[in-house]
Amino acid sequence: MDFEALFKQFLSGDVAQQASILRSLTIFLPELVLSSSIVLMLVARLVSLDRIIPTHWFALLGGMTSFVIVLFQFWEFGNSQTVPVEVFTGLAIHDEFSIFFRGFLTFFLVFVIALTVLTGIPDDEDAPDFYSLLCGAVVGMMLMSSANHLLMLFIGIEMASVPSYAMTGFLKGKRRSSEAALKFVVYGAGAAGVMLFGISLLTGILGTAQFSELAPRFQAVFANHAGMQDPATRCVALALLMIAVGFAFKLSLVPFHFWCPDAFHGAPAEVGGFLSVGSKAAAFALLVRLTTSLAGDGSGALSQLSLSSGLGLGLIAIITTTFGNLAAYSQRNIKRMLAYSTIAHAGYMLMAVSALLVLQSVQTDLVFQGNHQENGPRAMEGLLYYLCVYLFMNLGAFAIVALIRNQTYSEEIDDYKGLAQQVPVLAICMAICMFSLVGIPPLGGFYGKAFIFASVYEATNVHWFMWLVLAAGGLNTVISLFYYLRVAKTMCMDSRPADAVPVTLAASSSPAMYVMLVSGMVVFLGIIIDPLSKVALHAAHALF
Amino acid sequence: MSPETLLTCIVFLPAVWAIPLVLFDAKAKEAMRYWGVLGTALTFALTLQLLMQFDSSKSGMQFKFDTPWIANWNVFFSLGVDGISLPLVVLTGFVCLLSMLASWSIDKNVKGYLILFLILETGMMGVFLSLDFFLFYVFWEVMLLPMYFLIGIWGGPRREYAAIKFFLYTLAGSVLMLIAMLMFYFNSDRSFDLLELAKIASGTSAGRSHVYGMSMQVAAFIMLFIGFAIKLPSFPFHTWLPDAHVEAPTPISMILAGVLLKMGGYGIIRIAFPLCPYGAQYAAYFLAALGVFSIIYGAFAAMAQTDFKRLVAYSSVSHMGYVLLGIAVWKIVDGKTVGREYWEMGLNAAMFQMIAHGISSTGMFFMVGVLYDRVHHRDINKFGGIAQVMPHYAALAAVIFFAGLGLPGLCGFVGEVFSVLACWNFSPLLAIVAASGVILTAGYILWTMQRVYLGPEYKGPHPEALVEMNSRELAIGYTLVATAILFGVLPHLLFDPMHGSIQALTQSLASSYETLYGAIHTSQLP
Repeated sequence: MDFEALFKQFLSGDVAQQASILRSLTIFLPELVLSSSIVLMLVARLVSLDRIIPTHWFALLGGMTSFVIVLFQFWEFGNSQTVPVEVFTGLAIHDEFSIFFRGFLTFFLVFVIALTVLTGIPDDEDAPDFYSLLCGAVVGMMLMSSANHLLMLFIGIEMASVPSYAMTGFLKGKRRSSEAALKFVVYGAGAAGVMLFGISLLTGILGTAQFSELAPRFQAVFANHAGMQDPATRCVALALLMIAVGFAFKLSLVPFHFWCPDAFHGAPAEVGGFLSVGSKAAAFALLVRLTTSLAGDGSGALSQLSLSSGLGLGLIAIITTTFGNLAAYSQRNIKRMLAYSTIAHAGYMLMAVSALLVLQSVQTDLVFQGNHQENGPRAMEGLLYYLCVYLFMNLGAFAIVALIRNQTYSEEIDDYKGLAQQVPVLAICMAICMFSLVGIPPLGGFYGKAFIFASVYEATNVHWFMWLVLAAGGLNTVISLFYYLRVAKTMCMDSRPADAVPVTLAASSSPAMYVMLVSGMVVFLGIIIDPLSKVALHAAHALF
Repeated sequence: MSPETLLTCIVFLPAVWAIPLVLFDAKAKEAMRYWGVLGTALTFALTLQLLMQFDSSKSGMQFKFDTPWIANWNVFFSLGVDGISLPLVVLTGFVCLLSMLASWSIDKNVKGYLILFLILETGMMGVFLSLDFFLFYVFWEVMLLPMYFLIGIWGGPRREYAAIKFFLYTLAGSVLMLIAMLMFYFNSDRSFDLLELAKIASGTSAGRSHVYGMSMQVAAFIMLFIGFAIKLPSFPFHTWLPDAHVEAPTPISMILAGVLLKMGGYGIIRIAFPLCPYGAQYAAYFLAALGVFSIIYGAFAAMAQTDFKRLVAYSSVSHMGYVLLGIAVWKIVDGKTVGREYWEMGLNAAMFQMIAHGISSTGMFFMVGVLYDRVHHRDINKFGGIAQVMPHYAALAAVIFFAGLGLPGLCGFVGEVFSVLACWNFSPLLAIVAASGVILTAGYILWTMQRVYLGPEYKGPHPEALVEMNSRELAIGYTLVATAILFGVLPHLLFDPMHGSIQALTQSLASSYETLYGAIHTSQLP
């Protein structure tokens, strides 16, 4: 092939449903912008530009620009007859689902940067390091959400994880912080190794690493095989289990959750907030993408695969939610409590994925009263809505923790006593976030939960086990009330001890505005549900 | 004003009214209180306006309107009013106004108190007016949060315990309700419309003649019933009530007893019965027996109390038992409803009892509150001789307590006697037991009055504080007494608007059970 042909292929591409390299680069623009802002930040330090322009402006500008580009891509999808394409010769995919998550992540990045500016967690000296790690992690997460290849899956996860390890240990002088980072790294490296092994097994059996090829190959390989006696079946089961371990680590599912409370406890609250929302969202995007491609159209051997993996995830979801809620009950440190609450919420969200897989395992309408085709996208809509609300309510909670820490140097729940008398704004916003985490209308958290429960209920038509999942979800909502309520109670009902460090925050100051904006969004998403729900459903349809 | 605007205003006016409160200076307590009174008074005026516009000769839903809210999930913002919800809406406006007037005793963080109070009113109005199950559920929960804080911040010594207990019980019930709601949603091809769901249940829906399966109806009814029985409250789900009522500040106790408990009864009449007629009939005898047991149990428990407020709280358990009894007296023989007019009478009695209890127990809590504000204790055994020092107050209290007792000529009588009469057709045994509950009620109320108001002199703490009621308190007292007498003498004022709706309800339930019974016998159903 001569140069001209190569160049032509670069420009136009010649494979159906695949974008040319040039087009791929344009689609990849948000990630490129973020990467270049990282480079810019590091160069700016070299030439001491960061003495004149604070580093966070670079990060903020980069985040906003890439968010705007993603918005533009979304608009492009909505308006013209753009079809989903595979980019970079099939390594990644560009559809509404990936756009949704890339938008979600860049939007979240902007909010996290704004929070760190308000709380001043990286000082001027460390700012370039911190923001390059932050932006780098987000690029990794964006890769995760658009991955279309098992290799890309692994690269994305690692790219998101490595900066997270460093950020966890960002408070360099603190022993607990370093310990947390070390724990996180060791666990993470172990889980990644297991996952990589699983990936290679799967690739070996199916002969492909392309997501879109997984289901047909599976169908072909297992057309005549049956039962666990077959070595190939056992091998595939092992591979899936190993990949699941990697996901369970990222999503902090029981029994791979041990790093989570320690990491959150040691890391600054801002980083905790970032990890609890960002990496979770990206991991869910990837999990959904992988499982739906594996499940395919749910015919033949795929039906069994889809059903059993759905039920397996359902079991993990039950254990995770229950464990997370019970463990959170006894926590005295608010960050540890929020860590366990994150674990519990990962369980609720996993219920949506489980319901989706169970629903996809049936092809006929016979067992359903309603329109079966809509069931899968509905389950996804629930998950996406939940994630969006979760962004605000969790970020709000962590932001308030960070703001209070800046004044009292304490993150113990007991030290929050009677804060409503000194800073009513923080107390009210915290109460809103907490009640939304419980899932009480009219706050946003309820709708995500209700939508997910609705899908789980629908899945009970397929398998009785989903009744247990539904019951566990309901019961856990009631259990979780205890510890969320305790925070609200401590802040609003107890009286402030006389010797406690006073906290002051004017309602018109910018941190207060930030907190009000975030918790205001929680209320807003609880009253105006339609727009986001429509966007989420639209994005979910891209998968089916 | 167009009916749509009117209904929307009734629901949202209180919450919107709360917004300007944020701007008030924290020290301007009097101004904020008057602002609150103005808001509740306006809302009450709007409910009266609704009463004027309501056509009591029609039996169906009036002023119904739908606006899409969550279009993807077929959730509508749908409000409407009929003879069953109208009296409760007016009652809510009335009780809220009175308890807002009684809120002068609240001195701590008045701004927060008033904001939560007004949000609470929005939640209650929304529950009674919404015709979409999802919307109903949302409003049902909206009222939880303000109530939690109102008890937890402004309550008595054990307020935190009481508040969390209240919250936990209600949330547990709500989760069950949510699951039942999903059951109907998916079995009706994605609809939350209560009227449509009821139509499907009765087999009269145009497109969907599919009737909910028997096992599903029973399961859904049990879940819905537990959710509502917690609010009602009925034995054995009543244990939150004495704590919450005792610890809540007086005005909030008034709302709790006057309005919140009615939501349980309303939910059973509006949702549990119409949506699962088979399940309801399946459990009818059990419900009636539970109601009777609550009457007797509540009366005995009340008799054993020494805390004045706790006594009134247990009397609520007893009085709400009549509501459950009246609702449940649905007698079926061979798939046919026997003596439907008796059942109708029972439902009428249940509705009347809810309103009457709304007036009498609001009054009783208010009367207890007046005493508590002065002497700061509620121990019945330390009272005595109040009538000597506060004759005016004692006279008003006596009328209110007699209304609670069920003295003929006062509002409490009508509901009790009709539900017992209706029960005779259903089960004479239960009727006899329920009727004997009246003796127990008379026992504990007369004994309480003797210990608190009569006697030679008051020997408890703070005797110097026992001064006659001020004009604000007198206004509340006289209003309550007047309404208690009004409905006792002219019960048709209440029966007239609700009669048509209740007749339509019993007819449709009876016919739908018959259809279902026929379908079971030709075994078309799972």
